[in-house]
Formats: sequence, C-alpha cells, structure tokens
Amino acid sequence: MATASNVTHSHPSPERMSADLLRPLLQTSWRFYLLVALLGSIVAAGAVAWVTQMFFGFGISGIRWPIYWGFYVTNFVFWIGISHAGTLISAILRLVNAGWRRPVTRCAEVITAFALMIGAMFPIIHLGRPWLAFWLFPYSSERLIWPNFRSPLVWDFFAINTYLTGSMLFLLLPMIPDFAVVRDKTTGLRHRIYRTLALGWRGTPKQWHRLESAMSIMAVAIIPVAVSVHTIVSFDFSMAPVPMWQSTIFGPYFVAGAIFSGIAGLIIAMAVLRKVLRLQEYLLPLHFENLGKLLLVMALLWGYFVFNERLVTYYGNEPSEMTVFWQTQRDNYAPLYWTMVICNFVLPLIILGIRKFRTITGCVIASIGVVIGMWLERYLIIVPSLGHKYLPYSFGSYRPQPAEITITVATFAAMCLLYVLFAKVVPIISIWEMKAGDHPSPSLIPPATEHHKLGELHL
Amino acid sequence: MAQWGMAVDLDRCTGCGACVTACHAENNISTVGDDQAARGRAKHWIRVERYWEGEYPDVRLKFRPVMCQQCNNAPCEPVCPTYASHHTEDGLNAQVYNRCIGTRYCANACPYNARFFDFFNPSWDKPLQLQLNPDVSLREVGVMEKCTFCVQRIKGATIQAKAESRPVRDGEIQPACAQSCPAQALVFGDLQDPESAVSRLTRSPRGEVLLEDLGTRPNVTYLERAQS
Repeated sequence: MATASNVTHSHPSPERMSADLLRPLLQTSWRFYLLVALLGSIVAAGAVAWVTQMFFGFGISGIRWPIYWGFYVTNFVFWIGISHAGTLISAILRLVNAGWRRPVTRCAEVITAFALMIGAMFPIIHLGRPWLAFWLFPYSSERLIWPNFRSPLVWDFFAINTYLTGSMLFLLLPMIPDFAVVRDKTTGLRHRIYRTLALGWRGTPKQWHRLESAMSIMAVAIIPVAVSVHTIVSFDFSMAPVPMWQSTIFGPYFVAGAIFSGIAGLIIAMAVLRKVLRLQEYLLPLHFENLGKLLLVMALLWGYFVFNERLVTYYGNEPSEMTVFWQTQRDNYAPLYWTMVICNFVLPLIILGIRKFRTITGCVIASIGVVIGMWLERYLIIVPSLGHKYLPYSFGSYRPQPAEITITVATFAAMCLLYVLFAKVVPIISIWEMKAGDHPSPSLIPPATEHHKLGELHL
Repeated sequence: MAQWGMAVDLDRCTGCGACVTACHAENNISTVGDDQAARGRAKHWIRVERYWEGEYPDVRLKFRPVMCQQCNNAPCEPVCPTYASHHTEDGLNAQVYNRCIGTRYCANACPYNARFFDFFNPSWDKPLQLQLNPDVSLREVGVMEKCTFCVQRIKGATIQAKAESRPVRDGEIQPACAQSCPAQALVFGDLQDPESAVSRLTRSPRGEVLLEDLGTRPNVTYLERAQS
C-alpha cells in the first residue's frame, strides 16, 4: 500500500516511526531543562508583573483616560486569533480528508488549546478588580443578580468557554490511542499514568469505530463554534459606538484574520518542532508548501477585507471616522499601520506567491511577519479609535508601560513553555494516524477513511 | 417620577472652572497628583472643554462644560457585564461602584468620554482629606466613576420633601456644579415638570444636545446662539 502513495508521503517503517516519535518522551537532555527554566522564569516575571499591578493599582500600566483598553485587550484578541490555528484548520482538513494533514493535526490542535487558555487570561488580567471576575459567571446568588446578557463581554465568556471545551475534546480524543502506545512502551509510574490516560484502549474495531465517529462529530461541531468565537470577539468592538469600530465587516474580518494568524503560528511551531525534535522525515517540505499556500490565500483575503474596510470609510467621509482613518493612514499611527500592511500582505505575497521562495525558511519568514502584522492589526483597531473619539478635547495617546510589556512577553513564553512541556509528555505527531495513513489495514483504518480515498489527494 | 435634566447655557459660561472644583469637593473625587494627571489619570466628572474657532486673528474662544450626559439611550449601559452601569427610574445613569469589576467597556462605549477609572486607591493632596463629604461613598481601586448629577443631593431633597408631604420644589435641588456657577450657566431640575426652569430652557430654540446624531438622547441640553 505504501508504494501506491506519492514519494513525498512515504514515511519510515512503523517500528522506526514509534521510536522516532516517542524519543522526545523517553529521552530528556539538559537542553530541555535549560529551556524550561528559561521560559519558566519569563512566565514567572509576567506573574510578578500582574501581582504588582494588582498590588499597586492599575496605574502602573499605560492605560489612561480615554484609552482604557491597550496591550491587554490586544493580546486577548491576538491569542484568541492564534487559537484558530488548530482546531479549525485540523477540523477542515479532517473533513475533506486531506491525507497530508496527519502529521500536522496535533501540532495545530495543541496551539488552539494553549492559545485559548492564554487568551482567556487577558479579560481577567485587564479587569480593574480581577478578584471579582466570577461575577461574569451565570451562577445563582442569594441576591438574584445575573450577568447582563446584553453585554458582549458575557457573550465572550460563553463563546470562549464553549470553544475551549470543544477544542480540548478535539485534542484529547485522538490522543487516546497514542496514550495506549506510550503505555505499552513504558514501565513503572509512567506506565501507570499512561494506562490511566489511555482509558482502557485495546484497539478493537469497535473502539476504532467509536473514536472515528466521535472525531467526525467534533470536526463538524467545532467549525461553527470557532467561527462564532471570533465573531463574538469582534462584537466587543463593533457593538460600541466608537469611530471605526462600529463596522458590519468586523465579524468576517476578525475570523479571517484569526485563521490567518493561526496558520502563521502553526507554520512557526512546525518548523521549530521539525528542527528541535528532528522530525525531518515527518514534517516534510510538502506540509510547509501546502500550509504556505493556505497562508497566501488568507493573506489575499485579509488584504481584501482591509481594502474594503478602508475604502468604505474613506468614501463615507464621516468626520469622526476620518479622524481615526487619517491617524492610521498618515499621522501618528501610520508607521505601525504600514508596517502591518507590509507584514501581512506585501511580505507573504512576495514570499509565498513565488514558488522559488516558498521553502520552509520562506514560509517561516512570512509567518513571523504575519504574526507581527496581526498583532499590530489588533493594536491599531483598538488604540487609535479610543484615542480619537468624537470630542477633540478628549483625544489622547497611549504608551505601554513595563508591566504590560512584561506580561505580553510572558504570554509568548507561556505559549512556548506549554508547548515544550506538552511535547515532552504526548507524542506531538499522532503515531496512530501516521500509521493508519501509510499502512491501511482493516483493523487500523476505521471504515470512514477506508472509503474516502480523497486522502491521497495533494491539496 | 421625575426625570432629572440639566441645561447648560454656553453663552453664559465664562470657563472659570468653579463647577470643576465644586464637583471635586462635593463628590470626594480623589486628586491624583501632578505626575498621574500628566499620565491621563485625572478624574474630572465635569470638565470645561476649550475650543478655539476661526482663523487668526479672528479667533473666538469657546467653553463647553461636559459631564455625564445622563443619556436616555446610554451606550454605557448595555455593555456592562455586571449591571454596574444601569438606568434608574428617574432618568439617571447610575453607577454601582460595588458591582463594578473594571472592564472599562462602559468608558470605551461612552462617546463623551465622561467616565473615569480609579487607577489607584483614593488619596488627596493635603489638606483636602479633611473635607470629605460623608454623603458620598469613596471608590476603591479598579472601578469606574462618573458624574451622578449629585444623586446624594437629589435623594436628600426627595426624602425631605416626602417627610414634609410636598413635591420637590423647582430649584430646591442643585448639584454642586450648578450651585457654584457664578454665571448661572448650569440649570438643574425636573424635565417632567413643563414649568420648571430647566424644561423652559430645554425647549429654547438655542438648545441642542451634544453629538445628537449618535442617538444617545441625553438629559443635558446645551444652549448656544446660532452661528452667524
């Protein structure tokens, strides 16, 4: 069967595959501890910054009248956007049964889970009184006060929780057979832990069938959830009467931007994994090529949305909106704005549009650009508008302070740290899916994939 | 039930700033110090906006006192996840400090930038801490605050009138800003009473509301003679 598939799809033998993919779990070098210590200390610095902010008051941040949202909300939207890497991409690839998805899905799904956790921290970090964050929960109190269901922030609460639950299930389900593989290869305490995690997986046809059914249901269910999450995040802005916020395009614009930054994040993560865990035989140039093309499509879509948003504003010529428009187009925020356009549109178009440049390095450079550009996009949506609301007397500017910068850097470190730790305890490439893709056999291949040979298509 | 409103006569306002000072004193608004004020942490529930109109040398200076407009269709209210910002029966935008968790969404939604965040626990430049108003609660760090139309005075006068079994007389309630205005540019009262001073001024042809096209339906009316 393996010979039938394309050359780029031939993977090492099943024995070597298990050995390669389990190596990070079973062998730990000093570099791992060094990296964890380094990332851990940055995360700790972020925690200290947050505690400092709670202790001394929000005044140590750069937030001020009238710009009451800054880095924290930017990070919130950014990380929720990054979270669209995984579940959505992997769900779509699963649904169309793209064969090349197999080594990619878990890397992607993990990004979703962790980016969501980090993103969901920010609405709490940015609260004036974070110790009362539970007032957003719809719990019945003796005072009969419920959250205000008209508030987009309450919608956020529900949307993010739904997405987090769904994407955790989506991540955990296909990990069960791999836990069983690890269980069988380990001894002692580790064996007992993985035995518990494997939930009694024996690999019977019935179990395979149920896993596949569950995955199909989750793959279908998670897509509308993912789309709704970032639409609702965009509602945080588009529901408020603030110049350049109140826009009908924000829902799809945010969803497209989220998938865009998500793919970029995924490409960077894959390139690092490939290098560090020596997965050159699993994460192939083909995967970067395909994801690079997807990134190119999203860059074009993003460019279309921005063009649309800007042109309509310009043509409408509403005074308060034009103030913000010119702030970003040619005044104070213009350097950031045009950096964003270059990072998000020009750079990906050149690198990914020309076949010669669409190498792994090329894809990574374009992706780093996109991640920077998308962070700037969120910043440029929030800050210039708040600084230039209707009454010119109350215009203002914003400068981030060390507390905010530390917490922002710490979240990137937290993402890396969680990823490193995850790759240490779970095979970062799904072993059973790789084997199922290369060596289909009735016992390994659930009925659904057996019939759909779409998997052999190179999208 | 009364509908409290205010008329601001811009043709009378001299921009002296007495209203700002009186408001600070009445409502226990903490002073934040020079440094923090420069960093945008000053809280002025009422502020006097200064605008210059025309080209040099034919320049005119205009003042506009801006406080919470107590909108009837307030953008700050629906966005608050905890009902800290809500509408009262007598037409006020109430802010429940104890219920506020500090998302600052209300301040972003407010087109007038009339809402202020407490970046620190309150403190005063000495000796201002000796003149705190016992009728007004202090706000702890992390909550939003804003003009209340001096709700403590409204409540005080209403209770007094009820005890004396009579309606509240027009002009009986004066917020600190209106009370201290030497030019009597600020007039406060019940908009439900067609004969009250504020109702008559609100009906004036000189009247307009701030940012009317946003549809917030403020209870504050600005009076200004038409531009030539």
